[in-house]
Amino acid sequence: MDQTTNPAPALRADLLLIANMVAPGARVLDVGCGDGALLAYLAEAKNVDGRGIELSQAGVNAAVARGLAVVQGDADQDLSDYPSNAFDDVILSQTIQATRNPKAVLADLLRIGRRVIVSFPNFGHWEVRLKLLGTGRMPVTRALDEPWYETQNIHLCTIRDFLGLADALGASVDHGVTVDRRGRVHDVSARMAFANLFGISAIFRLSRRA
Amino acid sequence: MTVDLHVPGAAARLPGSDLKIVLEQPLPLDCGVALGAVTIAYETYGTLNAARSNAVLVCHALTGDQHAASTHPITGKPGWWSLMIGPGRPIDTDRYFVISANVVGGCMGTTGPTALDPKSGKPYGLAFPVITIADMVRAQAALLDALGIADLFCVLGGSMGGMQVLQWAAAYPERVFAAVPIATAARHSAQNIAFHEVGRQAIQADPEWRDGDYLLHGTNPKKGLAVARMAAHITYLSEAALHRKFGRNLQDRTRITYGFDADFQIESYLRHQGLTFVDRFDANSYLYITRAMDYFDLAADHGGTLAQAFQGTKTRFCVVSFTSDWLFPTSESRTVVHALNAAAAKVSFVEIETDRGHDSFLLNEPEMFATLTGFLGSAARARGLS
Repeated sequence: MDQTTNPAPALRADLLLIANMVAPGARVLDVGCGDGALLAYLAEAKNVDGRGIELSQAGVNAAVARGLAVVQGDADQDLSDYPSNAFDDVILSQTIQATRNPKAVLADLLRIGRRVIVSFPNFGHWEVRLKLLGTGRMPVTRALDEPWYETQNIHLCTIRDFLGLADALGASVDHGVTVDRRGRVHDVSARMAFANLFGISAIFRLSRRA
Repeated sequence: MTVDLHVPGAAARLPGSDLKIVLEQPLPLDCGVALGAVTIAYETYGTLNAARSNAVLVCHALTGDQHAASTHPITGKPGWWSLMIGPGRPIDTDRYFVISANVVGGCMGTTGPTALDPKSGKPYGLAFPVITIADMVRAQAALLDALGIADLFCVLGGSMGGMQVLQWAAAYPERVFAAVPIATAARHSAQNIAFHEVGRQAIQADPEWRDGDYLLHGTNPKKGLAVARMAAHITYLSEAALHRKFGRNLQDRTRITYGFDADFQIESYLRHQGLTFVDRFDANSYLYITRAMDYFDLAADHGGTLAQAFQGTKTRFCVVSFTSDWLFPTSESRTVVHALNAAAAKVSFVEIETDRGHDSFLLNEPEMFATLTGFLGSAARARGLS
């Protein structure tokens, strides 16, 4: 076992939820891995063999310095370079809404990995709905805190929208959770309408339908 | 001082500069010839540890040599990678034992076309066999054997040095713990072969070249070699860097002279580059080494699939390219990364943002230093180096 990674650091709550969905010992690709915090945690806590893709130079340098294998690139451009079935789990954290072509990106993720874990902000949250209804303007909330002309989030979706796309791409949902305003975690499977109304963000693990 | 070294492990106790070794076995070359009595000129920096696990090989580019981190004996300038190698630098000589050798075919002490051909007793000239990148690497592997170094902690190099890094990783995967190919490609492009051919034609068109036998005739094709260097030097820079450095500025004059003097600073700069180059480089070596780069095609050597060259590799890679490098553009590095991913290798990749072109790998590029410091540090921890 490599000694390259430092002892598992405290992980951001949303990343911990993702980490919980990763199988021990898996081969993992984290798309948009930032400074590699999640990959470092997974290597330490779950003995995964991790790889990352990250756009920012600072992020790549920090991740490489941790001993992680990280390639500079972005989800829209570089996923097509990866061979099919190369990974057990592919992670796309809080990024799909910022890609130019979310459908192509999700299709590529499902091709590259046996399982795909995606987290995203839920545009179906009641606060978003209420702001749009009440003010007639694009909602600015705590989770989505930039005005429409500055945000990187060019393809926002609701939980129902996301699951529709996953279904259209031939993926089935293994597991899904939402996080509400107070940080409480809820299982999605039971009550979809509740999840789509009260989840600030959502995390799903998908796999290709056989 | 010149030291013949046949005692494995003696290297660490010897002074690091101006070392030479004669290989005991003939060196088998790709062209089918076995080259006898090969001398390799090399330098070392730092100290080999007791476990012999901290050796780093740096591979030089087309016109480089073994003086990576020492003052060049002819130009008096600092070594070509003196910013990279040294105490506290990315290739930290307080931690690593660094080896830098002149390539076979070179002209700074390693056997090349200026050496005496034992058959004729005269300098080889064009009787020297055509060498390849794989031959250069085979010679380096023989050097390590002679030094008693079984495997390398890391092999690094830029441009042609990066080709050697890739060749090392493909040919001796079990001897390479980490590999850093910088500003390079897994094959030489048509455009790059074309530039090389211009240089070779310039040398061969010089009447003093004498079909390669200028050493016998006491001549020197300096003009041809200088033109080759001038043409090549342009490809190492970028339009933006040339504009920033020189623009259309005039050289020691206030107006154009309506003649063919070096009116412009860029002309004067290139002429200077050409003139100083011929003092430290041999024209035939230039022919042979450019040819070696042209012939390099790692995928072709592995059934046409680059990933095949790295199948099952355990080496960890850090691939580096530069945004303004149009000689070895980022797309070439991405091809390598793609193949390494397909081979499930541990690969990191960065594209450093700079306007200084291909030669950036030799320059003060803080982001490159930061990346490599981090990469080497983490690889050293993984290898259990202190």
